[in-house]
Amino acid sequence: MFAAFDIALIGESLPELARGLIITLQLTVLTVLGGLVLSVPLGILRNSPNRLIRGPIWAYTYFFRGTPMLIQLFLIYYGLAQFKAVRGSGLWPFLREGYWCCLLAFTLNTVAYTVEIIAGAIRNVPLADLEAARAIGMSKAMVMRRITLPIALRIFFPAYTNEVVFILQSTSLASLVTVLDLTGVARVIIARTFSPYELFITTGLIYLALTYLTLALFRRFEAWLYKHQRGHMAHGLEDVALR
Amino acid sequence: MSFLSAFDLKGYGHLLLEGALISLLVGLSALVVALALGILGALARLSSSRALNAVGLAYTIVVRGIPELVLMLLVYYGGTVLLQYLLSLGGADARIDINAFMAGTLVLGFVYGAYATEIFRGAFLAIPKGQIEAAQAYGLSPAQVFFRIKLPQAWRLAIPGLGNLWLTLLKATSITSVIGMTELARQADLIKAPTKLPFTVFFVASLLYLAMTAVSDLLRQKIEARTALGFRRG
Repeated sequence: MFAAFDIALIGESLPELARGLIITLQLTVLTVLGGLVLSVPLGILRNSPNRLIRGPIWAYTYFFRGTPMLIQLFLIYYGLAQFKAVRGSGLWPFLREGYWCCLLAFTLNTVAYTVEIIAGAIRNVPLADLEAARAIGMSKAMVMRRITLPIALRIFFPAYTNEVVFILQSTSLASLVTVLDLTGVARVIIARTFSPYELFITTGLIYLALTYLTLALFRRFEAWLYKHQRGHMAHGLEDVALR
Repeated sequence: MSFLSAFDLKGYGHLLLEGALISLLVGLSALVVALALGILGALARLSSSRALNAVGLAYTIVVRGIPELVLMLLVYYGGTVLLQYLLSLGGADARIDINAFMAGTLVLGFVYGAYATEIFRGAFLAIPKGQIEAAQAYGLSPAQVFFRIKLPQAWRLAIPGLGNLWLTLLKATSITSVIGMTELARQADLIKAPTKLPFTVFFVASLLYLAMTAVSDLLRQKIEARTALGFRRG
């Protein structure tokens, strides 16, 4: 049963794996989009001089960055059923499903990291640029829109590329809450055929290719952002750093 | 009173504490493996041998491109199948269970070793060349240069990156729950049904993780401040 590496099995599994791949991509893209929409305003507010605004956002990012994503997912998937109010609510048909729990957990998780990346990027915009903008009479909102955010974007981007790779890889946790993503499909086929090598190596290679494609895509966009100042770009997979 | 009783969890609460201890243990063991692999990986990446370079690069690329969960499952289930096959060749028909602690520690160590490789590589590169040349001029052997000049300074330069690595690694130990390791996440998973308090159980578990990462973060700041003594710029 183990003796030969069963190449035929890999071929037979590909259509099923492709369906899993679509779920993986869906989870990744929706998490990235949802995460960005929520992170931009929260990232700006994170630097607010008002403690009542800054404090809760800090507490939120501190909790979600200080605990494992797995626990966050289980807290939502298994935990919410503890409350009658949740089970009785109109959202229950969604919150009962592993897929929606994943989207919620992954988004909450990535928002915490992205908010800190954005807030950090904004803090690192050179003060002189802001002073110059104020000196020529731009309003605060206009400085934010025309000076702070565009400059912060260039600082933000390399770190965010890293974050997207993390989201992509973390979606594999979906397989733990019955979602048939790429990893989930692989596990189902393995339970049927008992051939972990064939399936996990194939799956691993697909993730590797996806990661590399993502990096290549982001690198192009980054090259466009940096058109006027070359030599600031991340290079490749070996540049993927810790979160 | 009511606050503390939340941690009792109908008498199951102590299991979470025991789980947290195991999580720390797995994390620390994996850290040792990761540091060793990181130093070896960095040396491979920086060596003049093209073959070693390629091995080092392949290591970091493969590990960073594949989810930890997939690697964990591959090593655990793949390892079981492999060992059973090898035993059957010898005529034995034994049921094999790979030790979850070993598998978990090795996979996490292997994965975070790749990140450590890049951290140490950066640290070794940051050591001024003049120092190496001076050491060589004094007649120090390559091994002496490594242990007396390079390594002690690489540690200091690597500390901020390694602190971050530890925080990520500590959280990643939760993945070992999928191969049956009874660490914190697994214990929480096991007692969610008998207590009928899944949210409370996972919330308490998350607070325990938060306590561990918060303390680690404070320690990191302390160590960073200490290693930076005498090197502060400006």
